Amino acid sequence: MQAFHLSQPNSLDAALAAARSHGAKFIAGGTDLMQLLKDNIEVPTELVDLERVGLSSIQADASELRLGAMARMSDAAVHPDVRAGWPAIVQALEASASPQVRNMGTIGGNLLQRTRCGYFRDTGFACNKREPGSGCPAIAGENRLMAILGGSDHCIATHPSDLAVALTALDAMVTLHGINGERRVPIADFYRLPADTPHIETILQPGEMITAVTVRASGAARNSHYLKLRDRASFEFALVSVAVGLDQRDGVIEHALLAAGGVGTRPWRLPQVEAALRGKALEDAVFGDASSIAAGGASPAQQNGFKRILLQRAVFRALQMASA
Amino acid sequence: MPSVTRRVLLGTTVSSLAMGSVEGRADDTTPTISAAPAPGSPGAMDIALQINGNQVPLVVDPRTTLLDALREQIGLTGTKKGCDRGSCGACTVHIDGRRVLSCLTLAARVQGKAITTIEGLTSGDVLHPVQAAFLHHDGYQCGYCTPGQIMSAVALIKEGHTRSDAEIREWMSGNICRCGAYPNIVAAIRDAAQRS
Repeated sequence: MQAFHLSQPNSLDAALAAARSHGAKFIAGGTDLMQLLKDNIEVPTELVDLERVGLSSIQADASELRLGAMARMSDAAVHPDVRAGWPAIVQALEASASPQVRNMGTIGGNLLQRTRCGYFRDTGFACNKREPGSGCPAIAGENRLMAILGGSDHCIATHPSDLAVALTALDAMVTLHGINGERRVPIADFYRLPADTPHIETILQPGEMITAVTVRASGAARNSHYLKLRDRASFEFALVSVAVGLDQRDGVIEHALLAAGGVGTRPWRLPQVEAALRGKALEDAVFGDASSIAAGGASPAQQNGFKRILLQRAVFRALQMASA
Repeated sequence: MPSVTRRVLLGTTVSSLAMGSVEGRADDTTPTISAAPAPGSPGAMDIALQINGNQVPLVVDPRTTLLDALREQIGLTGTKKGCDRGSCGACTVHIDGRRVLSCLTLAARVQGKAITTIEGLTSGDVLHPVQAAFLHHDGYQCGYCTPGQIMSAVALIKEGHTRSDAEIREWMSGNICRCGAYPNIVAAIRDAAQRS
């Protein structure tokens, strides 16, 4: 771990001011950043501790849910209003990491965790995300866990967050604060595709931070599910995951929301599946037709072609769960 | 016959190993900081931690983890370092009553919070019911992961995640046992939960 100065501001304004120094980095729960610091993947000279700035409230009413960026994952998951109105978010949180990590990890930090790509995590290898222009050994290397959607010649690493997949399906908005004030963006616009700049993962500007996430209340959100498929039953990242929200009336789908994890270089919305479900009956034949097009546009590498079929089947199963 | 305790023996072995590793690391550009920095050295922070009910003043490097502060500076070696990356759970402690990973916690960030380690689970010689249950059910082999398993189990019982063996296993998934003592660990937790 490289040396850094630790500042511990007591307010958001003070935190934003502290982050103006070159080489500054925010630390929230620290569960990912501490690993990156220990492995010299992140080498900030100034660490700005967000523990004392507040931002940890969880509020829900009839119209929306608001999760403060510093709310702990475990606190959001046990909140009765979140459980009632946004079950996919609860299920995504409870399928994440371990109980200890969830007690530490925050909503904002979860959205900004870095990829689990083994080449990114090992400074002995080249990586365009870590060292722009150094190359991507994953493309012709160990790529079983890599993305089949959204990759480029420069990077095929998946986004690892479960929470982000649920939030992407439910059209969440991300509130950002920087030295120039506040802005709100749809989560779909928050994450960038790698293209030829895989080291730039979000639209966050230097010194800007997530302060909250908001999600509308809706029938689809109330009837939402998160299905996570992985190599072992617990404490593992997704091979493929699917968040689904279904709004139905008299057995007819009025509105379907779907997003997938483990398959994309960012949380992956599935608009073509949503369109194939709209106005259709809640039945397996419809789910089968819709899920068959879930992996459209995928371009697998040598070892991860299985994710195409796994994604289709995960979509089918998630739709069954949401309609049960 | 002289009484040689396991801790004294381990302490001797560890310190001789440590000396060897310091020499072996002479060209390592990024040494891990584990011992206390000299007071007044650049970046050193004067902090105070509330550990097992005691206020403990410390001088730490900003990089010092709570785990290293506990083990290397305060001498509370019950909390174990396994992976040092948050994957194994051997370093589990309670902060304000919640189970967390001390290897992923910077010591300077947890001032003013109540830290409980395995040494603080009981006062005196009477075992905590979860400790007694691990002993009764033989919930360990080598014992290295055991303090973390017990700290996690105490929290899990308080959280109420003991409605089935499957639930216990899922909510203990952050604690790895390389010996594979899981069946007895689950039995110990089930037993302790029923008695609590």
